[in-house]
Formats: sequence, C-alpha cells, structure tokens
Amino acid sequence: MPVQMPDINLVTMLPEILIAILGLVLLLMSAGQDAERGRKVNAMALAGVIAAAALTVVTANGSSFGGFFVVDPFARAMKLLMLLATGMVLYMSMEYMRDQKFDGGEYQVMTLMALLGGMIMASAGDFVVLYMGLELMSLSIYVLAAWRRDDVRSNEAGLKYFVLGSMASGFLLYGISLIYGTTGTTLFTGVATALSHGHISTATIMGVVMVLAGMSFKVAAAPFHMWAPDVYEGAPTSVTAFMAVLPKIAAFAAIFRVLLIAFPALQSHWNPLLQLLAVASLAVGAIAAIGQTNIKRMLAYSSIGHVGFILLGLTAHTGLGYQSVVAYLAIYIFMSVGAFAIILLLNKAGVGDEIEDYKGLGHKRPMLALLMALFMFSMAGIPPLAGFMGKLYVFMAAVQSGMMMLAVAGVLFSAIGAFYYLRIVKFMYFDQPAEGAFGMELDFSARAILTVTGVVMLVWGLFPGALLSWSGASVKMFQ
Amino acid sequence: MSLHHFLILSAILFTIGIVGIFLNRRNMIIILMSIELLLLAVNINFVAFSHYLGDISGQILTFFVMTVAAAEAAIGLAILVAFFRNRSTIDVEEIDSLKG
Repeated sequence: MPVQMPDINLVTMLPEILIAILGLVLLLMSAGQDAERGRKVNAMALAGVIAAAALTVVTANGSSFGGFFVVDPFARAMKLLMLLATGMVLYMSMEYMRDQKFDGGEYQVMTLMALLGGMIMASAGDFVVLYMGLELMSLSIYVLAAWRRDDVRSNEAGLKYFVLGSMASGFLLYGISLIYGTTGTTLFTGVATALSHGHISTATIMGVVMVLAGMSFKVAAAPFHMWAPDVYEGAPTSVTAFMAVLPKIAAFAAIFRVLLIAFPALQSHWNPLLQLLAVASLAVGAIAAIGQTNIKRMLAYSSIGHVGFILLGLTAHTGLGYQSVVAYLAIYIFMSVGAFAIILLLNKAGVGDEIEDYKGLGHKRPMLALLMALFMFSMAGIPPLAGFMGKLYVFMAAVQSGMMMLAVAGVLFSAIGAFYYLRIVKFMYFDQPAEGAFGMELDFSARAILTVTGVVMLVWGLFPGALLSWSGASVKMFQ
Repeated sequence: MSLHHFLILSAILFTIGIVGIFLNRRNMIIILMSIELLLLAVNINFVAFSHYLGDISGQILTFFVMTVAAAEAAIGLAILVAFFRNRSTIDVEEIDSLKG
C-alpha cells in the first residue's frame, strides 16, 4: 500500500513552535534554585511573546498537515490579539506575582501553555486540532485559577471551573463524534463539502448544537455562564485578568472557523441558536450584574454582556458583522486589561475586591480614578470612547441585516448595564474615603499598561479608522 | 450488532455521566469518575463510527481523547488534593464559599 506523506509545512506554525519550546525551556529554568528566576522567566516569556507576535505578522498564508493547521489573515489577527493580551497581562502582573509569591516561574509557563492552546485553536482546520488546542488552553487555565494553593477560594474556583469545563469539553467531543459519524471526516472543509450536498440528518444537527454549546461555555455565553462569576471572584486577580481575555478570543476564533468554514450549509439551523445565546447573554450581563457587590464578580457579568454584543455581531452574517466582532474583541481586550490593571494595583495595596472598597478613590488618587472611570464609561459604551465604537458597529451590522428586534434589545440592555458601571464611578467620586486607604506606589509597568490602555480607549474612540480597516481585512475571507 | 447498538450504549453512558455530575451531592471523586465516563462514552462513539465507516481517523482520535482524559484526571485530582488540604472535606455541598 503506498503511503502518502501529508504536506508538513512547519514554517506556517513557527509562532506556535516558538511558544512551545520557550514554555518547556522556562519550565526547566523554573525548576532551578536561582532566587531571581521568576524575574528572568518573566522577562524571557515577555520577549518570547513579542518574538512570536513578530513571527505571526510575517508568517505567510498556508496550511500544514493536510489542512489540519491553517494560517490565514483571520488566524493571524486572532493570534496577534491573543499575544497582545497575554503580553499585557504578564507585564502588568509582574509586581503582583512577586507580592503573592507566584514568582517561581511555573506561573508563566502555564500562561504560555494556555496561550499556545489558544493559538492552535485559532489556526485549527480540523476538529481534532481544535479539541487538542481547547484542552491545552483549558487545562492550563484550570491550574492557574487554583494557583493560590493555600487559599480555599482559589481552590474552589479551580475546582468549579474544572468540573464544568470538563463537562463542556465532553459535550463538544460528543458533538464532534456525531459530526464525524455522519460526514465521515473531521476536516472542516471536508465536513462542509459533505454537508453541502445530500441529506442532513438529525444526528448532524445534534452534533452542531453540542459543538456550539461546548464553545459557548468557553466564552461564558448565557445560559452557559454559571461558572464565570465564581471563578472570576475566586481566582487570583492576575489570573482573572488573563482568563477574561485569552479564552474569549480563542473560543471566538474557533466559533468563527467551525460555523463559517465547517457548517455554512447549516446556517439556518445554528443562527437562531446564536441569536438566542446573544440575547440571553445581553440580558444576564445587564441584569444580574446590578446586585453584585464584588468588583471581580461584576466584571464577570460585564464580560458576559460583552460576549452578547460580540455574538450579536456574529449573527448578522455580513462583512460588517464579522468586522465588528473582531473590532469589538480588540477593544474589549484593552478595556478589560485596563480595568483589571487598576484592580490589581489596588489589590496589591491591600484594598479588597468589594465595590465599597473603592469609595473615595477619586479624592485620594484622582488619576487612577479618572482612568477607572474611563474604562467603566468605555464598557458602558459612552462616546467618545472605544467601547462606544464597538457597540455602534455591532448595532449597525444588526440593523443592516434586518435584525431590528435584536438591535433594540441590545440598546436596551446596554442602557441597563450602564447603571452598574456608573455606580462604580459614583462610589469613587461621591463617597468619602476610608482612613489611610490607597497608599500604593505605582511602578513603571503599571504606569505603562494604564497609559497604553487609556490612550487606546481615546484613540480608537475618536479615530477608529485604523482598527476598522485592520479588522475588515482580517475577515475578508469569510465573505 | 449494528452501529445503532453502539450508539445507544454510548448515549446511555454519556447520560449517566451527565446525571452523575448533577445529581451527585456527596463526593467530588464521583464527579471525576463521571467526567471520565463522558469521555469514554465519546470514545465508543468514535470507534463505532470508525469501524462502520471503514475510516481509521476515528480510532486515532480515540487515542488523543484518552491522553487528554489522563491529563484531565491528573489536574482534577491535583486541584482536589489542594482543596482537601484546606478544607479537610471533598463533600460537594461544602464547596460553597463563592456565592453571589
């Protein structure tokens, strides 16, 4: 029997190879005795992330392993977003990690492995690769969530995320098995060909629904969001910041690929589900957040709301819709990282996670409070900030494809959601501070991250042209 | 034995796994076993489909799934051990310090 060699084209996966090798080298390094190894590992991890970003930009389009691994403009854009998010979170949590005695180096290794999983998901051309990437990312983040070993809340966050996450992976995998069984292949393009002609069985549709449910769990779209508030609250703040960004980008990249490349023939089946997820997420994000007293919990609900907006853009199925999704993701990263950078700073100074603890921040630290207000206004979607642009384009896409009801629901929930963002601003500016609070030093990394994210909020809000042309170019292949 | 028999078996096992996660109120270890059951039920599906389609890739996928299942069990147990050291219990009802 002739053996056919698949086209192995390692050049297309150079960024992933770099991150994988770096992760293993750093794992060895962190096993050493060097007291300064945490700092070294962090510097190397950051350098590696930057190098991988540079490699991602220059990698040519192509595919490897017989279409299992695909590099196209969309994959590149998503990988860049992931590298950017990971780099920013690693950089801003350096001081926090030293304070919390996380600086053995293994923490950065797990972060890099999660990043690697996410990057593989963004480039997956096959359900097997998608599943492996998803598991690599999820397993690393389960461990990160439980990182504070002696803190029962952190353990519990890890445990809850693990149980519910594994169940979601089980659903995803069952869905994949049904799709494999009915189409005879796991390759996205092969599945699309098999589905485009011929009878579509109930088993296939069940498979699609289960795959979609598994993915929705990873982005924490309602009604698959129950884990998010608990895990966001219990995990160490640097980890919360990380899992507010990376898994969302990775899972949305995978949702794009699965729905638009593997299942375009079933659009009439999955689109109503997507709309349902979008509206449910918007509702949960806006209404359930109102009663929250913990800021990390509140941001968990807020992220569920943002997922609703992103899904709304996806259901539009136009170039504008896809473009608005990528733009919203980019804006979301900066908003989220900025807000968590401030929470991280305050955590380091011994300020708790309760919203009440932010009382009087505006009197004691006017610049920090101003930035926090900026991020909150941006999340609420108030012009002229970037968050407004993100929402505007999502609504434009929804209206353009005739989804008036959904757009109206989005605007309504966005207005309800503004309440809890503004409540934080109210606490910061209109309440008296506690004695001796907020006496922390701002180190250079915190200043750098806050400056960058703050400037991005203003620049993308006022001049969104560059962001829009970039996001438009990255989704051209889906039109 | 037709394909349907295997599919029904795997669907039953999968359902037992899901029910095991949600109905179990006593022991965290049982939840870990249920998760394992979910993945193994899927494996039966893959092998059955692979056999009846005459396509080998489903059986190869099974190996990947088994590897992931092993990693998952290791990580789940590790987190559980950390939890047990702090709380001296693995009772599911005791996992309640985070609530909104």
